[in-house]
Amino acid sequence: MTHISVTVDGTTYEDEVEPRLLLVHYLRDRLGLTGTPIGCDTSNCGACTVELDGASVKSCTVLAVQADGGEVTTVQGLARDGEWTALQCAFHERHALQCGYCTPGMIMAARDLLRENPHPTSDEVRKGLEGNLCRCTGYQNIVRAVLAVAEGETAPAGQAASAREVTA
Amino acid sequence: MIPPAFDYARPTSLDEAVRTLAEAGEDAKVLAGGQSLLPLLRLRLAFPELVVDVGRIPGLRGVREDGDTLVIGALTTHHEVIQDPLVRRHAGLLAHATETVADPAVRHRGTLGGSLAHADPAGDLPAVVLALEAELVAVGPGGRRTIPAREFFADYLQSTLAPDELLVEIRVPKRDGWGFHYEKFHRVAQSWAMVGVAALVRRDDGHIAEARIALTNMGATPLRAPAAEEALTGAGDAAAVARAAQSAAEGTRPSRDASASPEYRAHLARVLTKRAVLAATGMG
Ligand SMILES: Cc1cc2nc3c(=O)[nH]c(=O)nc-3n(C[C@H](O)[C@H](O)[C@H](O)COP(=O)(O)OP(=O)(O)OC[C@H]3O[C@@H](n4cnc5c(N)ncnc54)[C@H](O)[C@@H]3O)c2cc1C
Ligand code: FES
Ligand code: FES
Repeated sequence: MTHISVTVDGTTYEDEVEPRLLLVHYLRDRLGLTGTPIGCDTSNCGACTVELDGASVKSCTVLAVQADGGEVTTVQGLARDGEWTALQCAFHERHALQCGYCTPGMIMAARDLLRENPHPTSDEVRKGLEGNLCRCTGYQNIVRAVLAVAEGETAPAGQAASAREVTA
Repeated sequence: MIPPAFDYARPTSLDEAVRTLAEAGEDAKVLAGGQSLLPLLRLRLAFPELVVDVGRIPGLRGVREDGDTLVIGALTTHHEVIQDPLVRRHAGLLAHATETVADPAVRHRGTLGGSLAHADPAGDLPAVVLALEAELVAVGPGGRRTIPAREFFADYLQSTLAPDELLVEIRVPKRDGWGFHYEKFHRVAQSWAMVGVAALVRRDDGHIAEARIALTNMGATPLRAPAAEEALTGAGDAAAVARAAQSAAEGTRPSRDASASPEYRAHLARVLTKRAVLAATGMG
């Protein structure tokens, strides 16, 4: 067992873990943060994408011990006081998901993309999201949602949060 | 899947890492970015008793100049290589080819040293360091040694590093003024190269004065294409480049797998060499 200290979505955890434990299993099985799914066995699908120390990573391809001392943000750590971020609103409004399995990873990868390139072209969005697979949408609306955020076209967070209450 | 159990060490200095590796012998595996090792562990294709995480050893990350050479720390990530102004200025081929490796999340973790030590013939960067005639510096219990790129790749997934040696830096001669291009053929986004061609070309008076061509996935190791290099010398237009590129697959022994036959790979090597050289020279 190896001791780790990791901050996840703003909370710091101290834990003893087996060195072979993958970060995604630590998040899901140990911390109960099941918002980050596992989609493949090959590091290809990107469903498990989270942020580690400010950069996107595939949490199925990082050991929990490698995150020791680090700061992790999952899709569950994005909303503030129940209010979604612009990207979350845009995915909702532009129908950028169907089954939703790829969505947490897509949103985390899109955040990373917009941080590096705040005004991407649609080709740059496609390239930036190439590590994330979606079986449902055909990607069109995912690209539209990301471009909408880049162009500042999303509704204020308050409005989207109430939309969520209506659909919930 | 869940990796097999292993012990874990995280040395904080190069000395400690080398000592740990030497004591553990064949049963230890170095972990850098983990983007090749963790998939292997997860699929249970590797069973190390000890994983030695070198990711936090200071001094092995970043790029500096040493006269006519760029010195790139083995732990420099793909992302950092792409962004680095020195690499972009003096080793554009490396920055350009690294942009084709995997996807942004993998490039945040994966390292240049890991890509080379992994010695995958389908990896993009081994051919690139071969074309650049880089030198690789390893540190082991006996001290430091410098290995020319052409002597570094031994066989499929096998470098000439000893199990207790660490790759610490990659020394790349500056290639200011050379044209460059990496042409990678793959069928879907984010997949590995079926074949790739790294071209580095110096032009003089409108003609090719010197060409370096290195091939990805045309054998068990990355290969130079000496016949094509020779035939390219003196070429002054696109037709001459196309003729010279016909010899790109000479002396290679590409493998057969689900995506390509050896004949098809040889065809790709010729076509991609032409494309890469035309792009590198601007003759296209
Ligand atoms: C989805 C996906 C797609 C990919 N696509 C591509 C692609 O298109 N092209 C491509 O080239 N690569 C691709 N890769 C591989 C990627 O580039 C890896 O980052 C790289 O091959 C290994 O770097 P690493 O630092 O992660 O090494 P690790 O996985 O940590 O190590 C790899 C091997 O090298 C050894 N090693 C690592 N560092 C050292 C060192 N300093 N000294 C001695 N031994 C060392 C390890 O023991 C291990 O055997 C892909 C990977 C994934 C997961
Ligand atoms: S589950 Fe991590 S990439 Fe697919
Ligand atoms: S919405 Fe179903 S996988 Fe993307």
